[in-house]
Amino acid sequence: MIALTDIGKSYHGVPVLGPVSLAIARARTTVVLGPSGCGKSTLLRLLIGLATADEGQVRIDGVRVDFADLRKLRRRIGYVIQEGGLFPHLTVLENLCLAARSYGETPDRIHERIGELADLVKLPPALHRRYPSQLSGGQRQRVALMRALMLDPDVLLLDEPLGSLDPMIRADLQADLKAVFRAVGKTVVLVTHDLNEAAFFADTVVLMRNGRVVQEGTMRDLVERPMDAFVSKFVRAQRGFLQLHDRPQ
Amino acid sequence: MKMCRYIGVGVTLIAATGALASQPSTSVNVHIGSKKFTESVLLGHVLTQLARSRDAVATYTAELGGTRILWDALLAGRIDGYPEYTGTIRREILGLDKTPPASRADAKDRNRELERALAPFGVSMTAPLGFENNYALGMRRETADRLHIRTISQLASHRGLRLAFTNEFINRSDGWPGLRDIYGFAGSRPPGLDHDLAYRALEAGGIDATDFYSTDAEIAAYDFIVLRDDRGYFPRYAAVVLYRTDLEQRAPAVVTAWKSLAGRILTPSITGMNAAAKIDHVPEQRVAAEFLARTFGKSTPIHGATTWTRLRRRTVEHLSLVGISLTAAVLVALPLGILAAKRRRWGQGILAIVGIVQTVPSLALLVFMIPLLGIGGPPAIAALFLYSLLPIVRNTHSGLTSIPTPLTESADALGLRPSERLRRIELPLAAGSILAGIKTSAVINIGTATLGALIGAGGYGQPILTGIRLNDTGLILEGAIPAALLALAVQGLFDLIERGLVPTGLRLRDS
Repeated sequence: MIALTDIGKSYHGVPVLGPVSLAIARARTTVVLGPSGCGKSTLLRLLIGLATADEGQVRIDGVRVDFADLRKLRRRIGYVIQEGGLFPHLTVLENLCLAARSYGETPDRIHERIGELADLVKLPPALHRRYPSQLSGGQRQRVALMRALMLDPDVLLLDEPLGSLDPMIRADLQADLKAVFRAVGKTVVLVTHDLNEAAFFADTVVLMRNGRVVQEGTMRDLVERPMDAFVSKFVRAQRGFLQLHDRPQ
Repeated sequence: MKMCRYIGVGVTLIAATGALASQPSTSVNVHIGSKKFTESVLLGHVLTQLARSRDAVATYTAELGGTRILWDALLAGRIDGYPEYTGTIRREILGLDKTPPASRADAKDRNRELERALAPFGVSMTAPLGFENNYALGMRRETADRLHIRTISQLASHRGLRLAFTNEFINRSDGWPGLRDIYGFAGSRPPGLDHDLAYRALEAGGIDATDFYSTDAEIAAYDFIVLRDDRGYFPRYAAVVLYRTDLEQRAPAVVTAWKSLAGRILTPSITGMNAAAKIDHVPEQRVAAEFLARTFGKSTPIHGATTWTRLRRRTVEHLSLVGISLTAAVLVALPLGILAAKRRRWGQGILAIVGIVQTVPSLALLVFMIPLLGIGGPPAIAALFLYSLLPIVRNTHSGLTSIPTPLTESADALGLRPSERLRRIELPLAAGSILAGIKTSAVINIGTATLGALIGAGGYGQPILTGIRLNDTGLILEGAIPAALLALAVQGLFDLIERGLVPTGLRLRDS
């Protein structure tokens, strides 16, 4: 379980987050939703130690992130960002092996794991020796997801993973991603500004605004029982698409 | 491993000792130097060939520099002897009085006075070789006739004439400052230029008067006129040989041979030698050998070098200057650049310091190195090393700091160790920028290394320097063309290295 307690964070004196307290459930998909600049990416970065909170504590399974050995912590967390963050000078395979080698996995084990994950994320083996620049946007995100899952982490963090993709690829990848989340059964925290995406993935939605959590609950709670005017307005702005996904559920 | 290395060093030492011991016990090493003008170079050859005729292993570093550099080199034992002039010893080296001698007999006493003053330095002086090479002022005959100028006083009374002097003359206590005071020259300080270029400027009408050495071949060749020193300002510059007194123990035969030159080189003889070298382009070694054959009736063997062997030697010299300094610069600048990129507070300081080094003119930097490292290769390599730092440090820094944040953060998020992140991610991503920096340094280095010849480091600069001195375009090209070709070759080499070192993935992206 991930627990944030009274978190506060500012950059150059400008507060970007807080105070925030939040509990993120194990083995479920939590979507942190909100307009750009609401502090949702910062919140995600706190979880993996890329940023440090000025106030409050972040605990993952009881261990405080700011006191943790980051190398140990990061072994248990996979992280995917908008453009994938693949290293352009390394092939797909090299990108995948990098961390596994650093943590001393055997070549056999690495090979086996790549096979499993390639099936899981549907990445054809023919692409394994290509460089990121020779892949499509969607393929790159599949590789990034594989890379995040290589060490079989407990937690998977995704920051706008579909943000830069065009709609067709996005729809395909979205479905595949959800299948992967289900298959691996990990604690997933996904950040997006897209209500549609949140509705599609979320077990729990955390809606943020101006560095604070406005409402937390299921998507249905947000739509049917908005806590305040901002929630209704945010929901209404993207509602048209939402209904398409909403009905079958 | 370590043991092996010690054994290796030991074997090398034993081999080296053996090589030394196997040389004939009578042979000694004698180092001769000369200043940067033809007469000094010729006399240096004479001294070298005389030493060789006495079975000494003589090394000659021609065109080492000006008085200060030669004197320092002599005191430091880097050279054992060089040709010098009494007036220079008196005023420049020892800083003695400024009154000229009244008579010849008087001059003898004054030379004894010089010998006494040199003794505490461990330096001795031969008796005068026979000729004087005095400072003089001169002009084109046509200008002098038109303005009716025959004396320095008349020159000083003409306003608006364009004077220019050699750099050394302008700064010497027996040069321009005293001349200005005694003759009352008005106007601002005249510009300084190279001695050999001054003759060319005078001939071409770019300047109206300059300083001569009275034995220079150009005076007769171009029909210049020497102005009378009507107030007796210029002291006498009788040529002598300065040598380390300890040479009398180490190589008595060589010292005896040098002393035997006393009174044997008279003015027509040296003027003829100067003319042969400068006007007729006879190789200096041969001019010196012919003089010795005429004077002592014996021929000394000259180790004449063909163009190709000369070129090969200079290429080796130039490549070692560039190679050593550039390698050292890469080894130092790369970590500095990394440090500057990783520690922002240090970064500004490091970049500022290497930036300041770059603003020091290359010639000045070379000269600064002389008191620290003497003459020859080491100071030149040190100066080139300092020069090569900035492009590499700056490009390493900018290459590393311009890596997109998502990539560095991805590396962190993967849990890579800082060393892995640097080695596997950051350096490969910055490789293009770093290599471009090294390439820039290499090309600048090759060009700047030609200046190394000014302080006796050899290389392609040597023929350029000699070519300027002898007004020999062919000789200048003999240095300039290989230097340019080397720069091009190195550029090509780096393009190949770039293909090998810059990761394929990055080149794909660019294309």
